[in-house]
Amino acid sequence: MKQMWIRVLCGVALAVILGGTAAQAAVELNMYYPVAVGGPITKVIDDMIAEFEKANPGIKVKAVYAGNYDDTRVKALAAVKANQPVQLSVLFSIDLFELMDQDAIVPFDEVATSAEDKQWLSSFYPSLMQNSKAKGKIWGVPFQRSTIVMYYNKDAFKEAGLDPNKPPVTWQEMAEMAQKLTKKDASGNVTRWGVQIPSTGYAYWMFQALCIQNGLELMNQDGDQTYFDKPEVVEALQYWRDLAAKYKVMPEGTIDWGTLRQKFLEGATAIMWHTTGNLTAVREGAKFDFGVSMLPASKRRGSPTGGGNFYIFKNASAEERKASLKFIQFMTSPELSARWSMATGYVATSPAAYKTATLEKYVADFPAAAVARDQFQYSVAELAVHENARVKKFLDDAIQSVLTGAKSPKDALGGAQQQAERLLKPYR
Amino acid sequence: MHSIRPKKTMRIDSKTARWVNAWLLLLPAAVLMVAFTHFPIVGGFFASFFSTARQGRPSKFVGLDNYSYMLNDPVFWQVLGNNFLYAMGTIPLSVGLALLMAVWVNGRLFGRAVVRTAYFTPTILPMIAVANIWLFFYTPQIGLLDKIRGLFGLASHSWLGDPGTALACLMVLAVWKDAGFFMIFYLAALQGISPELEEAAVIEGAGRWYFFRRVTLPLLMPTTLFVVVNATINSFKLVDHIFILTKGGPDNASSLLLYYIYEVAFGFWDTAYASTLTVVLLAILGGLAVTQFAYLEKRVHYQ
Amino acid sequence: MIRGVDWGQRLEMAAAWFLAFLWAAPLLYATWAAFHPMDFVSRFDLTAALTLDNFRAAWKVAPFARYFLNTFMLVCMTLAGQLVLCTLAAYSFARFEFPGKNIAFILVLIQIMIMPDVLIVQNYLTTSKLGLVDTILGIGLPYMGSAFGIFLLRQAFKQVPKELEDAARVEGAGWLSILLKVYVPLARPTYLAYGLVSVSYHWNNFLWPVVITNSTTTRPLTVGLSIFGAPESGVNFSVISAGTLLAVSPLLIAFLLFQRQFVQSFMRSGIK
Repeated sequence: MKQMWIRVLCGVALAVILGGTAAQAAVELNMYYPVAVGGPITKVIDDMIAEFEKANPGIKVKAVYAGNYDDTRVKALAAVKANQPVQLSVLFSIDLFELMDQDAIVPFDEVATSAEDKQWLSSFYPSLMQNSKAKGKIWGVPFQRSTIVMYYNKDAFKEAGLDPNKPPVTWQEMAEMAQKLTKKDASGNVTRWGVQIPSTGYAYWMFQALCIQNGLELMNQDGDQTYFDKPEVVEALQYWRDLAAKYKVMPEGTIDWGTLRQKFLEGATAIMWHTTGNLTAVREGAKFDFGVSMLPASKRRGSPTGGGNFYIFKNASAEERKASLKFIQFMTSPELSARWSMATGYVATSPAAYKTATLEKYVADFPAAAVARDQFQYSVAELAVHENARVKKFLDDAIQSVLTGAKSPKDALGGAQQQAERLLKPYR
Repeated sequence: MHSIRPKKTMRIDSKTARWVNAWLLLLPAAVLMVAFTHFPIVGGFFASFFSTARQGRPSKFVGLDNYSYMLNDPVFWQVLGNNFLYAMGTIPLSVGLALLMAVWVNGRLFGRAVVRTAYFTPTILPMIAVANIWLFFYTPQIGLLDKIRGLFGLASHSWLGDPGTALACLMVLAVWKDAGFFMIFYLAALQGISPELEEAAVIEGAGRWYFFRRVTLPLLMPTTLFVVVNATINSFKLVDHIFILTKGGPDNASSLLLYYIYEVAFGFWDTAYASTLTVVLLAILGGLAVTQFAYLEKRVHYQ
Repeated sequence: MIRGVDWGQRLEMAAAWFLAFLWAAPLLYATWAAFHPMDFVSRFDLTAALTLDNFRAAWKVAPFARYFLNTFMLVCMTLAGQLVLCTLAAYSFARFEFPGKNIAFILVLIQIMIMPDVLIVQNYLTTSKLGLVDTILGIGLPYMGSAFGIFLLRQAFKQVPKELEDAARVEGAGWLSILLKVYVPLARPTYLAYGLVSVSYHWNNFLWPVVITNSTTTRPLTVGLSIFGAPESGVNFSVISAGTLLAVSPLLIAFLLFQRQFVQSFMRSGIK
């Protein structure tokens, strides 16, 4: 009885809350999406959706901005678990195994069945599809994808007597140049750091870049084995730590992901590593001449791909899945992909997008826009394992404990490996 | 206890009818209270003996496994330690400042109303909102704190990125937010102390500080106890600022127990382990409750 | 007056004002940042031009209007529920004798110490089973059976002279009309105090709402603000300040206007 009463009350409340949006015959899609970079991203997404709805009057799309990638995964999964209507979402490419484990998503192979659909699925850059494949199926479609790039302040380079068109290409070079770029005031305090690599929020992502450059990937393709305690990995973390401890070109402690862009724009650091998704925001905010380059190499160049994929949820009805597919195809079409790339800095997800007139011209005027794409030749899938959230936290904690000088790389990574091992064993 | 004088209407109401009536009045509130307070306390305790259901691995009874996992979980010990540090740091400071504020505002102070408003205002602002503002103070290099330090020739510091200072940053914010709230209880208590008492003491030749220490402070004891218990509860219950300022980092240096519970429950979807951690939190709060009730009982006797 | 005492007092006054300045500084600073372009965020040039652009930008970036509506509905719904339920329960505790009363009262006291805020894990599961995840009712429901409200109102009702009730009864009034005509009016200060505390609490509450809401149509201001202000979103500090001020302004203005009532309410609610 009580429950019924509550339900009735809830119904009334819902009716009040939802007000005018009475159910229509149209298919209504609900999706969550994250924002991890600067700029009026929500506005861009809303405009794209409005365009889609205009072209497809039978489908309504309600997109909910839910914070960063972690927040968005939490919210989307919560909605799925509470049986709320949510049919698709843009979530972290690396959440794949987690989403599979929670039995939340369907493979695209089941939805995209026609020959045209198949062709569409094969139209994306292969390096972006690495995170989408598991158990021989395709589970995600790339949307807001990125690689890490190096932003550098050309004015600072000139001031330090460096060639502004020759950013560092090796670790050694980066450390040396950064030493020249680090500026101190009369009392010996640093007013501009040589380089900053963010270590909150997506620390493991930055770290993966260092590991790839040092010749090793952090996990296997099946997502049930990590290699945190391998010597290459330990060495990579040692280098990161050394930037602050030995070379003194990076501030002590962790560096915040969110505010780093602002610091770069205010000249507080000469070089920053960040997602290419921030490119447009940096371009609009920079009052100095800046350059963008691929990340430097130790044994090789490299960056993990990152960012968000479209996923379709299991709760969606057949009709909703079809509508979702239509929407995703629209959002990832070459024209939209090109526009999205220009608005943010994220890479356009297909070669066809770079052949559109608008993006071609944009890249010609602003070559930095193509750096992330060109880096694909060196890129590797981002860390994705089962129990991803937890394993990621082990690694993040280990990285932070080293960067704050609390532990040695060997101890910290050894501990993280042990913890990950215990968690992943049951999945093998 | 009160007795009901026999009246015509009373006689019609049988005793049982009054019982039923009383319970019916109580029922709606009781149902919600039990559903959202007592049931989850008990339910959480039971859940801590089961595993979290995952795909292909349904929930099953695991005995004390979650507890042994907890005892071996370094993060648990860290957040528990952090939480005690946090309590130890914020409570004396915020209570001490509250007392100071109350004494000032209660005395002859130029612009008293303005000062009181300034002290109290943080209380009514949402923690999330003020954390947004404080985040900018703490941001290294470009933040206000470092800019001000720069004027004095001090080096910039990664306040929230250094495990040595991250928790302290949260503590400063909490003290700022709570002191004004506690102040009003002291203020009320101070206003209850008759001014003649001080006048008499002054005539007797007692100094202001002596009077404060020997008369005022003991009279404020019940208020202090009340405020301290509340401050302690707050230090275990209020974690909003962590969401904005540090997300618990670096390396869990600024994470508190309830934030860790949130992370485990909604970040990792491990509700069984989150329930286990909640049992610990409840045990701490329960201990406080006993203290509080002992104190309440005493006050009831005075009434 | 001895000179030394005078100096001591002056020093104290200076300290009191300095502390007041420190306490007011964050809000004053946010106001400064919100009304100036980003360039002046840490440059205090009194001649800098004022602007409302930040407020416009904040209003555009996040659906603040919706968040305001959500918070408003949440606060009203919660308070309404609390007032009705707590009044009934408090009346029962204050004026009835019944078996199980003491145990029931102890159960109430438990909730004063252990509020639903710390029981997010199990309460999420319960709310999920009720189908109330991501509804405004779902945010408010756990707080409606408020032990604190029952406790305060019970105290107030106990102060009501028994003779008043008896007199009303002689005139043939039933329990409901006695409650509404005798008890409730006499407990008005307590209702005001409780109402103000409840509204401030739920206006500012964050942890439970962030757990239970998933979408724009339910998110209260605090949750909206946390997402809006997340540094990842890359919104600059001036705009964040503007958004923050927007979110706190209704309560802040109400507080500044009715300061006495607020302070007294908080005070009354604390002294049990």
